[in-house]
Amino acid sequence: MNKTILRAALVVAAAASASVAVRAADTSGAGATFPYPIYAKWADAYKKETGNGLNYQSIGSGGGIKQIKARTVVFGATDAPLKPEELQKDELVQWPMVMGGIVPVINLDGVSPGDLALDGATLAKIFMGTVKTWDDAAIKALNPNAKLPSSAIAVVHRSDGSGTTFNFTNYLAKVSPDWKSNVGENTAVEWPVGIGAKGNEGVANNVANTKGSIGYVEYAYAKQNKLTYTKMKNHDGKVVSPTSPAFQAAAANADWTNAPGFYQILTDQPGAESWPITAATFILMPKQPKDPAAAKEALKFFDWAFTKGGKMAEELDYISMPENVVSLIKKEWADDIHDATGKPLM
Amino acid sequence: MSIRVQMPADSSEATRADGDAVVMKAVSMASMPRTRLAARDRRQVLRRLQLSDRGFHVITQLAAAAVLVILGGVILSLVLGSLPAIREFGFSFLTSQSWNPVTDKFGALPAIYGTVITSVLAMIIAIPVGIGIAIFLTELCPPSLRRPIGIAIELLAGIPSIIYGIWGLFILAPFLQQFVEPALIAMFGPIPVLSRLFAGPPYGIGIFTASFILAIMVLPFITAISRDVFETVPPVLKEAAFGIGCTTWEVVRKVVIPYTRLGVIGGIMLGLGRALGETMAVTFVIGNAHKISGSLLAPGTTISATIANEFTEAVGDVYTSALIELGLILFVITFIVLAVSRLMLMRVQRRAGAS
Repeated sequence: MNKTILRAALVVAAAASASVAVRAADTSGAGATFPYPIYAKWADAYKKETGNGLNYQSIGSGGGIKQIKARTVVFGATDAPLKPEELQKDELVQWPMVMGGIVPVINLDGVSPGDLALDGATLAKIFMGTVKTWDDAAIKALNPNAKLPSSAIAVVHRSDGSGTTFNFTNYLAKVSPDWKSNVGENTAVEWPVGIGAKGNEGVANNVANTKGSIGYVEYAYAKQNKLTYTKMKNHDGKVVSPTSPAFQAAAANADWTNAPGFYQILTDQPGAESWPITAATFILMPKQPKDPAAAKEALKFFDWAFTKGGKMAEELDYISMPENVVSLIKKEWADDIHDATGKPLM
Repeated sequence: MSIRVQMPADSSEATRADGDAVVMKAVSMASMPRTRLAARDRRQVLRRLQLSDRGFHVITQLAAAAVLVILGGVILSLVLGSLPAIREFGFSFLTSQSWNPVTDKFGALPAIYGTVITSVLAMIIAIPVGIGIAIFLTELCPPSLRRPIGIAIELLAGIPSIIYGIWGLFILAPFLQQFVEPALIAMFGPIPVLSRLFAGPPYGIGIFTASFILAIMVLPFITAISRDVFETVPPVLKEAAFGIGCTTWEVVRKVVIPYTRLGVIGGIMLGLGRALGETMAVTFVIGNAHKISGSLLAPGTTISATIANEFTEAVGDVYTSALIELGLILFVITFIVLAVSRLMLMRVQRRAGAS
């Protein structure tokens, strides 16, 4: 009897120490909250397949950048890419990992998803507070057949700093000089009008509850909450619906080869099919990692995610990077990430 | 969460327990032969007791010192963290209304305004209701109802603030938007000053909703403490008042409240402290707009909501530092509130002593 207890205790202890050992080998990353669900799902599947774990802390892009600069994690993640000069200064490599689409959502009686079309200039005017009512001439001109009420537009924006806001304001700044000079682009801005709601779910909920409102959310939230999204007129002047192929078209048509450090914000990209407010989220790694073994593990994980993670990303309404971009990323890994002797890790 | 004030009944129980211990010690001493307790042994025992007493003294002293060290550390790190913002903006941080992360220009006035106005409004709603409940519970309530209502109040204090936030966003805000706010706007529309206070489109979220949620959250503090201090009023006083023909209202106003003023003010201050620092629930329902608006229905922001919203994605030294300076300001406001409440308590005490 005693022996069995002892044996059981030993087994438990061994299992515990083994799990500690595995956890110690986990690759650690920190940063953006937007890609957290897909990174977590990939990490889970990857661990089942290879036994190697990944520990990703979604502390926000700002925190991710700080931590990778201090080299306390193996990789950092950010929604707003670092400029090439900054990458140079801190000896970091950057690439896009996965994408998402940002869609304007509205709440208007009698208007169904995709009924209304907007363009960038009008969207900027609405969020500036210069277009105040739904029957404004600018909206009517884009939707000659729609029945629009004369009610006021209630603007809903994010209250927390976020990559979604960064990409959304980046788009508005690209298409509206007024927005660029008066508001600008950042993870948080000084909003001229409207109420702030916390997180995508907060914006989605406020729009769902407020008649006459407009907000912007990640595509997944618009889809899951069955919100009324609008179509958008893109860079080429074509009206497009927010769909996976439209997001992918924006990434495929972007000029990645001439973008050092993959500094490319996917808003307002050319192409007849491209959705104008597409966003990528980025990974940051040191050019010469302190712990080459851990860095190699991380790169293997990312490689696996590019090859096998597409379907999982789709299930969570993320968009995987197009093939041509993935091969460019792998080339960058080979060219730029070295161990102390200068040998490439991948 | 225990927010009960000690009762006279407890102290009598404690004395009885002490008495028991003394009796037991005496019995064990008597059973020992007297001769074996030599003078030297006694001195040794005494010294050991003295030593252990000194050890106890040092340990409690260290515990007390730890509070000061932690407080000092908090103040120091807040001041150090906000130095870049203080250097950049100086005094204008307190008076500027702009909060622009793009150009790195920050001002705290809208957040300070929102913090103070929501807390004050919450107290205006919660104080009469809280004291009313306490009076009902102690003076008028049938004994069978007293426990259920008391427990309900204490449960209210135990609900995490995030739950209040979610409830506020999903249930209270739509309700206020559809029924209460349009009615308020229509009712006060023709009245000059009040029409400005209740102007604008009914969003359902804003300063008013935040104050309402805060009032519900501080209600248990005010109620529980008021109830406990009301129960300390000697029955003789109340019975005497009833005996000379006072109504219940007169007994409460002339006997119970004057007798317990100190405790009630203490409960109110505790509630105010919670209202000033409350974060999650407010963040959900205040609308988070860095603007000062004349209307109570308009969105605003508070210090703690701003920090909770923006700290994670704040990139750049000045931005982070401005948020830390907001924290420092909240610390100072809370400190001032506590100091004022102390002063008030001291004045009330002195007046009570003089009369």
